[in-house]
Amino acid sequence: MTTVEERLLPSAEPVCLIDQNGLPHEHPSYELPTKAALLDGYTELIRGRRFNDQASALVRQGRLAVYPSSHGQEACQVAATMVLKEGDWLFPTYRDSVSIVSRGVDPIETLTLLRGDWHSGYDPYAHKVAPQSTPLATQLPHAVGVAHAARLKGEDTVVMALVGDGGTSEGDFHEALNFAAVFHAPVVFFIQNNEYAISVPLAKQSAAPSLAHKGVGYGVPGERADGNDLAGLLAVLGQAVEKARAGEGPQLVEAHTYRVQAHTNADDATRYRQDDEVTPWLDRDPIQRLTTYLEQQDWLDDDVRRQAEAKAAEVATQLRDGLMPEPEVDPADLFKYLYAEETQQLREQAAFLRDELAREEA
Amino acid sequence: MTHTKISMAQALNQALRDAMHADDTVVMFGEDVGALGGVFRITDGLTAEFGENRCFDTPLAEAGIVGMAVGMAMNGMRPVVEMQFDAFGYPAFEQVVSHVAKMRNRTRGRVQLPMVIRIPYGGGIGGVEHHSDSSESYFAHTPGLTVVTPATVADAYGLLRKAIEFPDPVVFMEPKKLYWAKEEVDLTEDQPGIGTAVVRREGADATLIAYGPALPVALEAAEVAAAEGRQLTVVDLRSVVPFDDETVCAAVRRTGRAVVVAEASGFASVSSEIVARVTEKCFHSLAAPVRRVTAFDIPFPPPKLEKYQLPSVDRILDAVDDLQWEDS
Repeated sequence: MTTVEERLLPSAEPVCLIDQNGLPHEHPSYELPTKAALLDGYTELIRGRRFNDQASALVRQGRLAVYPSSHGQEACQVAATMVLKEGDWLFPTYRDSVSIVSRGVDPIETLTLLRGDWHSGYDPYAHKVAPQSTPLATQLPHAVGVAHAARLKGEDTVVMALVGDGGTSEGDFHEALNFAAVFHAPVVFFIQNNEYAISVPLAKQSAAPSLAHKGVGYGVPGERADGNDLAGLLAVLGQAVEKARAGEGPQLVEAHTYRVQAHTNADDATRYRQDDEVTPWLDRDPIQRLTTYLEQQDWLDDDVRRQAEAKAAEVATQLRDGLMPEPEVDPADLFKYLYAEETQQLREQAAFLRDELAREEA
Repeated sequence: MTHTKISMAQALNQALRDAMHADDTVVMFGEDVGALGGVFRITDGLTAEFGENRCFDTPLAEAGIVGMAVGMAMNGMRPVVEMQFDAFGYPAFEQVVSHVAKMRNRTRGRVQLPMVIRIPYGGGIGGVEHHSDSSESYFAHTPGLTVVTPATVADAYGLLRKAIEFPDPVVFMEPKKLYWAKEEVDLTEDQPGIGTAVVRREGADATLIAYGPALPVALEAAEVAAAEGRQLTVVDLRSVVPFDDETVCAAVRRTGRAVVVAEASGFASVSSEIVARVTEKCFHSLAAPVRRVTAFDIPFPPPKLEKYQLPSVDRILDAVDDLQWEDS
C-alpha cells in the first residue's frame, strides 16, 4: 500500500538523470532513456535551438512582430512531444513554438500568430496541436475537455497541456487540474517553470514548496524534473503519459528551467534581474550537457552530428525563405470565419470594406 | 398533431431529452444538473435516462465548465452546459469571450465549436442579489457568438433543438420568470430558425420590439392599448445575434413608430443597439423618435424593490403615448 504522500508528492529534488557536467545518475524510479531516444532528442534539441535563434533574428529583421523564445528551454520543448503518440494532443502556449514544430507542424504555419498574418496558422487536427494560447492557462480546461471526450469515446488519447510558472497562478490552472482529477481525464499538465513571468520572479508568484506540490490539493500526482536534462524529462514525462494512458488519471510535472533571454524582444530584462543570476544557467544548458554525455558514451559520431546540423540548417532555411516575403493577406478574410453561415450584418460590413478598398484603388 | 399544455421548463427539458436521443454526441453538464435535475429542474431525469456519461454534475467552477465544453466540442462532442444563474456565469466570461467566440475565426474555420451555453436570466422571481441579471448585452457585443432567447414555450423547445444542432456556439438565454408559464403547444411543429424574428401581434399604429422576459409584458401592453383604441405590432426578436433587421425594420416602416422593451439596463445595451439600427435604417419612415422601456442603469434591486426595475405595462403605454401623435 502506498501512502497518500507517496502517491501524490513529488520527489524531494527534481529528477536528474544526466547532470550539468554530462554525468549520468542512477534514480530509483526512472531509467535513462535508450541510446536511440537520446540521439533523436539530440537532433531535436539542435534543431529547436536553431529555430529559436533564427526566429529571434527574424524579429530583428522585422519579419516577425514578436518572438517569445524558449532558448535554453529546448529540452522541455522537445521532450513534451517526443513522449506523445500520433493520436495524442498537445496544448501549447505562445512560448512553445519549438514544441509545435517538433510535433510536425509546418514552421511557417507555426509562426503565423507571431508574424501577424492570422491568429493561428495551422490546422489543429492535422497534428493534434491546439492553437497557441496567449491568455494564460485558459487552454488547460480545453485540454481536459479533449481528454474527457476521448475517454467517453473509448479512445486512449493522452493530452499534453503546457503551462508556465506564471500560469499556475491563474484560476483556470486550478479549475483544470480539479476537473481533470474529478473526471479522471488523461491529461499530463506540464509546467515549464522558467523562473519568470515577464518580470515577476517565482518567489512573488507562489509560496508553494514547488509547483509540482500543487497537485496534492487536487489529488493529482506531482513530479519534478531538471528542465535542462532531456534524459530526465523523457523519463518523467514518459512515465506520466504512460500512467495517464493506463487510466491512472491526470499527472502534473514541473520542469525547473530558466528563461535565459528576455520575455520577448520587446522586453528589457536588465530592469528586473542581474547578469550574475543568468550566467550560472548558461552552464546548465540542455544541449551542452547532453552533448558531453553522448560524447563520453562515444555515441555522437559524425553521422549523427551531420544529420542534426542538416535538420537545423533546413529549419533555418525554411524560416528565412518562408518569412522573408511579405505575407499575403486578404481583407475579405476578416469576415469569413466567424460563423458557419455569414450573417447579413457581416455581409454588409464586408461589402463596405470592399467598396472602400475599391475607392482607394480608383 | 397533439397539443399538450406544458411549461417552458418542461419544454426545455423535452428538447434536451429529444436532442440526446437524436444524437449520441450531445452531452449535458454543469452544476447540480445530475441527480437534482438542475435548480430549475431543466435537466430533470436526464441522468437517470441517459447515464452519468451523458448528463453529469461538475465541480463548482464556471470557467472550468465552459472551458471543458470547448475541449469536448473540439473533440467531436456537442456539449450543452448550464450556468446556474446569470450572474454565476461571469467567472466563465473569459472562456466565452476569448475562446468560445473566437475559436472558429482564429483557426480559419478549421475548429468549429458546436456547443450551447444555457443561462437562466432576468428578474421577476424574487431572487436575492446576483440571481436576476440580464447579461445578454455582454454576449451580444462579442463577435463570434450567437445569442438567442425564447419567450414562448414552443420557442423554448424549438430554439433549443436548433441551438444544439447549430454548427457554432450559442448562448441560450432562458427567461427564468417564464419557466413556469404554460402553453398549449405542439412540439413537433417546426419553429422559425435562429436569426429570425417573429411578429407576435399585428397592429397598424406602432411597433413594440421585445425579447425574452419582456415579450409577455409587451403583449399585455398591446392588449390594453387595443382596448384603448391603439393597435400595436409586437415583434419578438428570439435571436439577438444574428439580428433580424429585415423583420424589425419592416414592422417599424409599416407602423412609423416604435418602442423597444427590454429588461436589461438601457445604457450600451441590446436595446440601445436596436434603437440605433432602426433609426439608421428607417429614419424616413419614422414619425417620432424610437423610445425605450428598459431597466434603470442600476444593479438589479433586491426582491422587495424589483418591481420598480422591471418594464411594466404602464411604462410601455406611457412610452407609446409619448410617440408624438400630435404635433405640438
